[in-house]
Amino acid sequence: MSAVVKLHDIHKSFGAIEVLKGVSFEIDRGEVVAIIGRSGSGKSTALRCINRLETIQSGTLEVCGHRLDQPTLDLRALRQDVGMVFQSYNLFPHLTVEQNITLAPRRVKRLPNSQARALAQESLERVGLAEKIDCYPEQLSGGQQQRVAIARSLAMQPKVMLFDEVTSALDPQLTGEVLRVMETLAQGGMTMAVVTHEMTFARRVADRVIFMHQGRVWETGPGEMLENPQTPELQAFLSNGL
Amino acid sequence: MKYTFDFASLQEYWPEFLRGALMTLEMTAIATVLGMVIGVLCAIGRRGKRPWLAALCGAYVEVVRNTPYLIQIFFIFFGLASAGLKLPIFAAAILTMVFNVGAYTAEIVRAGMDTIHPGQIEAAEALGLSVPQIYWDVILRPALERVYPSLTGQFVLMMLSSSVTSQISAEELTGVANSVQSESFRSFETFIVVAVLYFLMAMLLKFAFFLVGQAMFPRRRRLGTPL
Ligand SMILES: Nc1ncnc2c1ncn2[C@@H]1O[C@H](COP(=O)(O)OP(=O)(O)OP(=O)(O)O)[C@@H](O)[C@H]1O
Ligand SMILES: [Mg+2]
Repeated sequence: MSAVVKLHDIHKSFGAIEVLKGVSFEIDRGEVVAIIGRSGSGKSTALRCINRLETIQSGTLEVCGHRLDQPTLDLRALRQDVGMVFQSYNLFPHLTVEQNITLAPRRVKRLPNSQARALAQESLERVGLAEKIDCYPEQLSGGQQQRVAIARSLAMQPKVMLFDEVTSALDPQLTGEVLRVMETLAQGGMTMAVVTHEMTFARRVADRVIFMHQGRVWETGPGEMLENPQTPELQAFLSNGL
Repeated sequence: MKYTFDFASLQEYWPEFLRGALMTLEMTAIATVLGMVIGVLCAIGRRGKRPWLAALCGAYVEVVRNTPYLIQIFFIFFGLASAGLKLPIFAAAILTMVFNVGAYTAEIVRAGMDTIHPGQIEAAEALGLSVPQIYWDVILRPALERVYPSLTGQFVLMMLSSSVTSQISAEELTGVANSVQSESFRSFETFIVVAVLYFLMAMLLKFAFFLVGQAMFPRRRRLGTPL
């Protein structure tokens, strides 16, 4: 198994505050990694370093063969290999679902307009929303918007997908529909890094769980680790958090 | 005091009025397009990463918004002339209009851009869009949709205040009115006619902007809700 995401001793500060204090982990091809931890422990920051929404101060970082710690990095190529889904969906409100999905393929991959609709259709089918192709985001529920955001990311055919608390803004029944889509993706062999507070999802779907604490990877292991935490910090997190 | 209106004696000047009105519309059309371009570029400059450019754009906006339009006109017209650059009056008038409206447009567009949530830009970055693509597809289009009413209001105002360019003898509607009233001695009637013409042109302009808005903002057309 070859790792497609490799973080080694990553340090990241915002001003004087060091948020990542030497984070190292790898994600293999087809692996699903759940990243959990308290608010402020650096989960989002770690995730955002992977597609360079944040730059790192030191350490080595390689994603799908792109060296993010090198000045020669081809940012556009990196971004095409890595998809990201956000807590707040971030759909473009002035564009239809179809246009949201096909914007990047048309602009970045020069997809001809004639093929755009078919691509949107196909991506929407993967998230079970084909009938919403001509809607605007505001006409959709939160869960549907988030599924469209996943479809939008999928349409670029990324090799790795990053999910940052994608269900935190949703009420429980909408959470379920989004998690099911993610589970299907995972079963389809997508490489995924998922920051989440959904412990049941982490346990059931993730191949591996990373517990971050105070800017470090504190404990890592398979999903069962959540039943049998080794560190007191993870123990405390699990008993408070649930 | 009793005043007898005499519009009949203005009849022979109809072609003049029409010519003036057309020139006003022509100047307005050109200045709207160029002012839009300047405004958008300046708004982008103010948001951009180059401090000197942001400062330059900021200074331009502040200077224009805090000095009288008439003084700007004289400044540009006589300033250019004394620098040896002799522009045709039509071009000089348009230049002053663009210079003026560009700054107001920049402020409005900037306000619109400020409403774009940073998450929108991050999503676009994560999708691999380039900076110019993000500016066009993700920032500018929704920003313009949001501020379109203020923007078009600004351009209507510009059309009305273009009457001040008669001061550098531009032959637009107000300029025509000045010559007509001094020839016909029917000042009151002349300016009534001119006021009506300006009003009609303002309505026409608003309608044109409405049509452009319908074409440019399909979401608005379909849902009818503000973005
Ligand atoms: N752009 C930024 N500027 C300054 N500080 C930041 C910035 N982004 C994050 N931080 C700080 O870095 C720390 C880690 O933030 P991060 O968002 O990675 O935490 P998190 O684990 O994702 O938390 P949450 O569960 O609340 O999302 C926090 O203390 C936060 O205040
Ligand atoms: Mg976070």
